[in-house]
Amino acid sequence: MKAWAARAALQLALPVVLVIGWWVWSESNDSFFFPPLREIVQAFEDAWIWERVGSDVLPSMTRLLAGFGLAVAAGVAVGLLLGSSRLAYRAALPLIEFLRALPPPAIIPFGVLVFGLGDGMKVVVIAAGSVWPILLNTIQGVRSIDPRFVEVNRAYRVRARDRLCHTTLPAASPHIFAGLRASLSIAVILMVLSEMTASTNGVGFFLVQSQRGFALPEMWAAIVLLGIIGCAVNAVLVMIQHRLLAWHEGARGSALSEVR
Amino acid sequence: MVLDVVNLSKAYGHGERSTLAIESLTFSVRAGEFVCIVGPSGCGKTTLLRSLSGLVKPSGGQALIHGSPVDGPPEAMALVFQDYSRSLFPWMTVARNVAFPLRRKRMPKAERDAAVAESLAAVGLADAAERYPWQLSGGMQQRVAIARALAYKPEILLMDEPFASVDAQTRSDLEDLLLSVWEAVDVTVVFVTHDIDEAVYLGDRVVVLSPSPCTVDRIVTVDLPRPRDQLTTKSLPRYVDLRTEVFSAIVKRPAPDG
Repeated sequence: MKAWAARAALQLALPVVLVIGWWVWSESNDSFFFPPLREIVQAFEDAWIWERVGSDVLPSMTRLLAGFGLAVAAGVAVGLLLGSSRLAYRAALPLIEFLRALPPPAIIPFGVLVFGLGDGMKVVVIAAGSVWPILLNTIQGVRSIDPRFVEVNRAYRVRARDRLCHTTLPAASPHIFAGLRASLSIAVILMVLSEMTASTNGVGFFLVQSQRGFALPEMWAAIVLLGIIGCAVNAVLVMIQHRLLAWHEGARGSALSEVR
Repeated sequence: MVLDVVNLSKAYGHGERSTLAIESLTFSVRAGEFVCIVGPSGCGKTTLLRSLSGLVKPSGGQALIHGSPVDGPPEAMALVFQDYSRSLFPWMTVARNVAFPLRRKRMPKAERDAAVAESLAAVGLADAAERYPWQLSGGMQQRVAIARALAYKPEILLMDEPFASVDAQTRSDLEDLLLSVWEAVDVTVVFVTHDIDEAVYLGDRVVVLSPSPCTVDRIVTVDLPRPRDQLTTKSLPRYVDLRTEVFSAIVKRPAPDG
């Protein structure tokens, strides 16, 4: 309990000091670009608790989750396929390397042309930009499965469906989760960017509208909210990872203690 | 005969660069028998076992189960590997590891659960069902692997140096556990080892392999009484004689007279 409290105090100290410093400094400073933190907090309260949650936060989160969900489904499915077949992997790798190297925002103009300004475009842009880390990590995870697991399954004549669901997928899941973490931050970036480029609602839209209207406290409030959203979705993913990969952490822990 | 190995050979690679792991092996195993296969290290024991289990295709000859050739992992066989830590799935509990190979056998869940519980009890791990393999010691993990093989209800249990990576005390415990299980269950055991003492202590017969490329050097019948016991069996003069016979066959030195 004591150690826990000490750690929390240490981790909170720096942010608290910075916020207090910002508060004091922005109070006494009449820069237009750095309005008093008090005003930003006020703007945050006015906009996000809870007035614009339904009109802006909800659409943003829906697009984010739909796009990311699509990326997860496609990345894992195609990754399992390409990871299991050396031929397919070799054939697809150059293409994947090229598509992955494309800066994700570069597809936004194309998305706008083909899918218009609606939610469909944003979901597609988020999915298409964030799928690559999931895809590559899934391939890597499938390819690095211990060959002994494959042999056990062959010796016991395990059915293909059980091999996939109960061996390949769990064995690759530590890699897959590493991909999910990387993809999620790309997905958040693309959500904001697509809303800033072409949208009529969403947090990104609100941010750019505030900036254009020189409503600086509102703009800052939107930036703070985006930071909170980014942290929150990542925290949820980490929680799911801890649950699903408890075996992996446990197995790694016991392997390490054997070495010691 | 439950298992016949006829002129089995296995080469790796092609053409001039191929290496012969097994030259030509012929032996048979009777139903219910406990046969140990020993040979000098690197003599192709594991290759033999992988050919018997249908994991690799032999280059020549064949293995027959009840007269029909093995061309893929046979239904009637269960395999226990040496490296227990890599052959159990770390994301499954002990019970789920044991149950996993049974999924394709169409049996009601209650029957499956009963088979799992029964096999875990047979290896003395009834209490560990809900734990994970990595929470168990090496010896316990290998007992889980044995339980998984037993639950599969094979006719033939193939074991590839299963006790080679546990400490000596655990090893003799596992040997006795295996003997008691074998006596309780109607199963034929083919047990590959490099340990001469282990082979003589466990087996009804010991198939001694020659160095690579391997052939059957001789087959020693172990006429020691059962049930066997680590202390009394190993102090019998007959045990010492048999051990010497197998040892001298492996190191190619004539047995001392007397």
